[in-house]
Amino acid sequence: MSFFSNRMRTVLCCVGLFLPSPVFAMDDDQVFYFIGAEIDAADADEGTLVTWDGNAWAGGDRQKIWLEFEGEALGDEVEDAEIQLLYSRPIADFWDFRAGLRQDLEPDTTTYAAFGIEGLAPYRFETEAKLFISEDGDVSFRFEQDYTIQLTQTFVAIPHLEMNAYAQDVESRGIGAGFSDLEFGLQFRYEITRKFAPYLDLVYERDLGETASIADNLGDDTEEFTARFGVRAWF
Amino acid sequence: MFPIHMFHVAALSAAIAILSLASGPLSAQEHFLTVDDITVDITGKTTKAMGVNGGIPGPILRLQEGEEAVIHVTNNAAKKTSIHWHGLLLPGEMDGVPDFNGYREIEPGDTFTYRFDVRQSGTYWYHSHSGLQEQAGVYGALIIDPKGAEPTQADQDYVVMLSDFTDEKPESILRNLKIDPAYYNYAKRTVADFFKDAEAHGLSATMQDRAAWGQMRMDPTDLADVTGYTFLINGQTAEQNPQFKFNPGDKVRLRFINGSAMTFFDVRIPGLKMTVVEADGRDVQPVPVDEFRIAVAETYDVIVEPQEDRDYTIYAGSIDRTGYARATLNNGGPVTATIPEARPRAVLNMADMGMDMAMGDAMPDDSHHEHKGEHEHGDHKGHEEHTAADHERHMKQMGETGTYDKGDSHIDHEPMDHESMGHGAGTKDPMDYSRIDHSQMQHDMMSGSAMDHAPMGHGDMTMDHGHADLPSTPEQPRGWGSGFPKDAKVLSYADLKSLEPNDDLRAPQREIVVNLTGNMERYLWTLNGLKYSEAEPIQLRYGERVKMTFVNDTMMSHPMHLHGMFVELDNGQTIHKPEKHVVNVPPGQSYSVLITADEVGEWAFHCHLLYHMASGMMRKVVVAQMSAEAPAQ
Repeated sequence: MSFFSNRMRTVLCCVGLFLPSPVFAMDDDQVFYFIGAEIDAADADEGTLVTWDGNAWAGGDRQKIWLEFEGEALGDEVEDAEIQLLYSRPIADFWDFRAGLRQDLEPDTTTYAAFGIEGLAPYRFETEAKLFISEDGDVSFRFEQDYTIQLTQTFVAIPHLEMNAYAQDVESRGIGAGFSDLEFGLQFRYEITRKFAPYLDLVYERDLGETASIADNLGDDTEEFTARFGVRAWF
Repeated sequence: MFPIHMFHVAALSAAIAILSLASGPLSAQEHFLTVDDITVDITGKTTKAMGVNGGIPGPILRLQEGEEAVIHVTNNAAKKTSIHWHGLLLPGEMDGVPDFNGYREIEPGDTFTYRFDVRQSGTYWYHSHSGLQEQAGVYGALIIDPKGAEPTQADQDYVVMLSDFTDEKPESILRNLKIDPAYYNYAKRTVADFFKDAEAHGLSATMQDRAAWGQMRMDPTDLADVTGYTFLINGQTAEQNPQFKFNPGDKVRLRFINGSAMTFFDVRIPGLKMTVVEADGRDVQPVPVDEFRIAVAETYDVIVEPQEDRDYTIYAGSIDRTGYARATLNNGGPVTATIPEARPRAVLNMADMGMDMAMGDAMPDDSHHEHKGEHEHGDHKGHEEHTAADHERHMKQMGETGTYDKGDSHIDHEPMDHESMGHGAGTKDPMDYSRIDHSQMQHDMMSGSAMDHAPMGHGDMTMDHGHADLPSTPEQPRGWGSGFPKDAKVLSYADLKSLEPNDDLRAPQREIVVNLTGNMERYLWTLNGLKYSEAEPIQLRYGERVKMTFVNDTMMSHPMHLHGMFVELDNGQTIHKPEKHVVNVPPGQSYSVLITADEVGEWAFHCHLLYHMASGMMRKVVVAQMSAEAPAQ
């Protein structure tokens, strides 16, 4: 751990960030790290749907480096996969500003600049809002929110929401300007430990607006309901 | 010529040596401590831990007032270590805080010899001040016998050292808290609690309550950051049940020391009154109580006089009710005393947010800006100098306590002493009672202005709810200091009166306001919004008399500990202010102490909750001789 911390410090310094080095024996500015992910599988209309969503970070109270990864595979084909490398720092008691890069691996390899805020909104809504500008100049916006309902101390229900919007059409992806898609889910998670929890996620997804019309014209489904079984783990 | 000169020098040194032996402090027996990596089995699982002289806790170190203490500490552990003598008056370099006063951590294999004159008596303790070693097991009791007779003679004298043990690595605990501050909270409010409250208090009141907490993004169940502890008395579990022998009619002195990393305890001995005779090592006028809440790092000596020929349970329940430590006062027979049932766990209420005061007049805007400015720009000048706005702020908080629950009478309406307030530079106008409108105290509890010094948030929260607190019930006590039986006498700071009159009766020359700040969502704990590594030291002039006011802006109780000097509680006493080394400031409250800066050196000043200190809730206090002239009078 201390080896890792030192190495992380070096890595972070290499990235050109300033991390105060401990002058005092009492080091209240330690570098911590985190790796966690959710991965699940569902029986969808067109085969087995596997989705993953995870992140890793390293840093201290005042700044962190994040690596986020998410995507989904249908059958044996990876349909969407992206990773983001972000730098974050607090801008308010409950809010962090984050900025960095997003790299899509599927359906195509597009690179984006990414920035946004992440934090806890009043009434304890975990909230993330991000703006992306692709290498082609396309602008899109993603909003995610979730809320934890404590059924018992270890059994929780988490309604969650994700919404995407685009400033313009992105033809290569069959996306029309405006709100493009909405995902609403209700996850039931049982925490065997804080670090390991199986879950059932009931997820409803649908395309919206112009994007839905495009999908319709192509004969694609514009909405889908899946029951996803998975695990959440962190280290 | 030369040899004769040498002879003179030698003779002189010998004479000095003899003289100093005769007149100087007696150097009695030397003490030897080792800090060791050990394996222990306390919970039924073998765990790597650290200890002193191979044990948890370390041996009881017994010193004598007036002697020179000579303590050799050898580090047999793999990591650097240090031993700090908690509550002792001594030269800074003997205080054992790494990087303070030139003290360096003891390297593995090295021995450091502490030497200091013992200038006090009473119950204290020692512990490592390196990393999180205190949680790992590096602590023990330190008892100093007085030069003369104890004011209260006892037939039996026992150390009752409370502590919290865990099999988890302290480093893992801190990391878990940084990742998920609620990691150890298994008492969150559930859907079932919602319906229970709705049934008891109505749906609308319950929804208001949940909405208020939700809007603030606070958790009213955060009584203890860390759980999973096994609570110990002198290193023994409740099952092991340490025995303290007595004969009926004996006066038994019990020296309670809370050597926990994170745990507050409610202590009682069913069937016995306890008479508190010493607090933090200092004699106090006897206070008979049924129970007392002991903050982390505090010590209380009590006298009990069991008359009946039976045994008694010493019961110390953690305030989050996750467990208890227990021992038995044993009359020589079999153990028959029962363990009391655990009481229901409290949830915090709006008073704990510093919001139960609702003064009609809004706080001046500049106080808010000043607070923010400090937070963001690290301008520590702001908190060193006392301003009218600060004054008003804590006056408001003082005013609030009239509505506080039984059991937390810590700052029950004490008389405010204008003369002793010591308005320092920056004070615009003296305290003015007319601005405090008590008639408005019971309603409109969460006006926007009251939110200005609410925990953790700065300005971005405005409250438009009415007073959302649900009433306390026997099943669900509400408020940090709640949950004691109605008829029980619980020790409060207001009860403490020093046995001897205070030496320094000067009014303070200035006031230093220390905001106890933090952000539970980030597990970030600070003073005046800044971590130790980000802040400048607090400077005190040698000999000066200052008032220090703690304003707790958080939802947790913080036992604030100053090294090197006692502080006097400003608890309404005039010449019998009790001296303490730890001042517990309950959530949302403020409390003032007086300090005579009569010990030159660099002194650590921190919250004694270990993971709060490790997160940055600490400062260096420097007492310096500012000029060659005589100390300020």
